[in-house]
Amino acid sequence: MKLLVCVSKTPDTTAKVDFTSDSSSYNEDGKQFIMNPYDEWYALVRALELKEANGGEVVIINAGPASNDAILRKGLAIGADKAIRIDCDPQTAFEAAGQVATYAKDEGFDIVFCGKETIDYNGSVFGGMLAEILDVPFISYASKMEFADGKATINRDVEGGVEVVEAKTPFVISAAKGLAEQRIPNMRGIMMAKRKPLDIKTGSEIENKVKVLKFELPPAKGSVKMIDPENMDELVRLLHEESKVI
Amino acid sequence: MILVFAENKEGKFKKNAFEAVKFGSSLASDLGMECHAVVLGESDQPESLGKYGAKKVIHLNNHQLNEFDDVAYKNAINKVASDVGANFIILSHTALGKGLIGRLAVSLKAGCVPAVKGHLMLGSDPVFVKPVFSGKAFAHYQTSGPSVISIIPNSLQLTEVDGADPVEVEEHEVEVSGSGVKLIKKDVITGTVPLPEAELVVSAGRGMKDPSNWGIIEELANELGATTACSRPVSDSGWRPHHEHVGQTGIAIRPNLYIAIGISGAIQHLAGVNNSKVIVVINKDPEAPFFKAADYGICADLFEVVPKLTEAVKKYKAASN
Ligand SMILES: Cc1cc2nc3c(=O)[nH]c(=O)nc-3n(C[C@H](O)[C@H](O)[C@H](O)COP(=O)(O)OP(=O)(O)OC[C@H]3O[C@@H](n4cnc5c(N)ncnc54)[C@H](O)[C@@H]3O)c2cc1C
Repeated sequence: MKLLVCVSKTPDTTAKVDFTSDSSSYNEDGKQFIMNPYDEWYALVRALELKEANGGEVVIINAGPASNDAILRKGLAIGADKAIRIDCDPQTAFEAAGQVATYAKDEGFDIVFCGKETIDYNGSVFGGMLAEILDVPFISYASKMEFADGKATINRDVEGGVEVVEAKTPFVISAAKGLAEQRIPNMRGIMMAKRKPLDIKTGSEIENKVKVLKFELPPAKGSVKMIDPENMDELVRLLHEESKVI
Repeated sequence: MILVFAENKEGKFKKNAFEAVKFGSSLASDLGMECHAVVLGESDQPESLGKYGAKKVIHLNNHQLNEFDDVAYKNAINKVASDVGANFIILSHTALGKGLIGRLAVSLKAGCVPAVKGHLMLGSDPVFVKPVFSGKAFAHYQTSGPSVISIIPNSLQLTEVDGADPVEVEEHEVEVSGSGVKLIKKDVITGTVPLPEAELVVSAGRGMKDPSNWGIIEELANELGATTACSRPVSDSGWRPHHEHVGQTGIAIRPNLYIAIGISGAIQHLAGVNNSKVIVVINKDPEAPFFKAADYGICADLFEVVPKLTEAVKKYKAASN
């Protein structure tokens, strides 16, 4: 099987959220970056499991600047065979999807994986965009996938449960919790990753139709009102009369 | 022209459909445009969308559109949007919306701003406000040309439009070709409101000690008519189903009331719940970080205080009936 896993770079989950002084972009100074957890924990690992069961190749791809090589090396250490970086600095999911599609369209991948969303922009549009450009079905928020005879049985997370669908390859799938179990790279993997190919390709021109005017932080929260544990009637009264939520 | 895709399940609209129409019609009135809605598949009451500001409803009543198919839905909405020359196409940021939005935007060669909580006007241009970094910040987006926007459920006050005219419902059938992906079965809880749609949420963490202790959480949730949620380690250890997991790597929610019980308030947990309108924290540790994010705090043993809270809710309900 030919499997492609799209990975992106996000600030660490504990990184402070602040912006440059003109509020135009995220302040990257002194921040730690990681591979987007959905891409790493679920998408990549499920692709590796499929390769282990059926043979084939797992390629990981990122559209981004040279500083993203670190997450690609990590993906190789976890077990991917080969990494591609399309050298560019995408400002939107559409740009990123367009760059990946330019590479993927002639490669004949059976399944293209991505995460259900990135933990910084929380957009969940990349996979659908890629699927449309590649003209294949998109199965979003997959929390389980079984595969046999060129056919996948997939659980899609929906409000309050799952829908089970059957899809023939090729398709694009976005990974949610449950699709696989996180794998930690071991020493051997890290050493081998150094010798695996990481190819750099030139990005193409893609027009942007949306832009961020500014970022802002939510207003500071007022201080907490402590309630006497013996007086739950008071809490219920406050929820009803003061904050009007019940 | 604003075109809203109003989702329906088994022929019925859920709240998110009305919210999307409400959002579309308020955008329409700011831009001096009309708001139309499109409904796919079997639908009991397409005209009910008028109450939230739709002037006309285009109902594509093909049975092949009863269930979601990303390609069929994309084709159907694309056709309507192109026919009416829609400037903005509005979806709900639901499971279905997430499966559709990217594909629809690309097919319409439109800009795309997913998961917004509303809009404001900058001169005569709309600016869409989107939570980013799991709700820890907001980004203001501007688009050029036609755009597809999705609105997060529970983001706006749902009020009916006064004296709305009766809407015109146009029934059509269309040619639909789908993705070939087959729906085998649905396994969805019934009887309770799913988390992303819930207005009241009772959530519990590792402080519960053991899954067998969840009875007091369920009683409180039942009494309030709330949906239950949990922290990540709780769902990771299989104490609760994973669709209850909220936070940065679970579901992000924005209920009116979030009651956090025996949850420490780690930054990744807060990321998924800090857009709740009111947060109540019950924790025995006065230093628990969650208190800093709370509106009301109770520093006590949860096993004692939760049953008392349930009693207080019962009393309040009896008194207000
Ligand atoms: C990349 C990454 C992503 C993550 N994503 C998420 C996520 O999406 N959601 C999430 O929830 N977590 C997430 N986490 C985990 C997070 O960091 C915390 O570990 C987790 O939220 C802690 O869960 P908890 O509060 O239930 O447990 P604990 O931190 O163990 O807290 C239990 C709390 O219960 C209190 N308590 C104990 N007994 C009682 C009692 N009898 N009465 C009252 N209070 C009591 C304690 O004082 C304590 O504050 C993530 C972590 C990482 C690294």
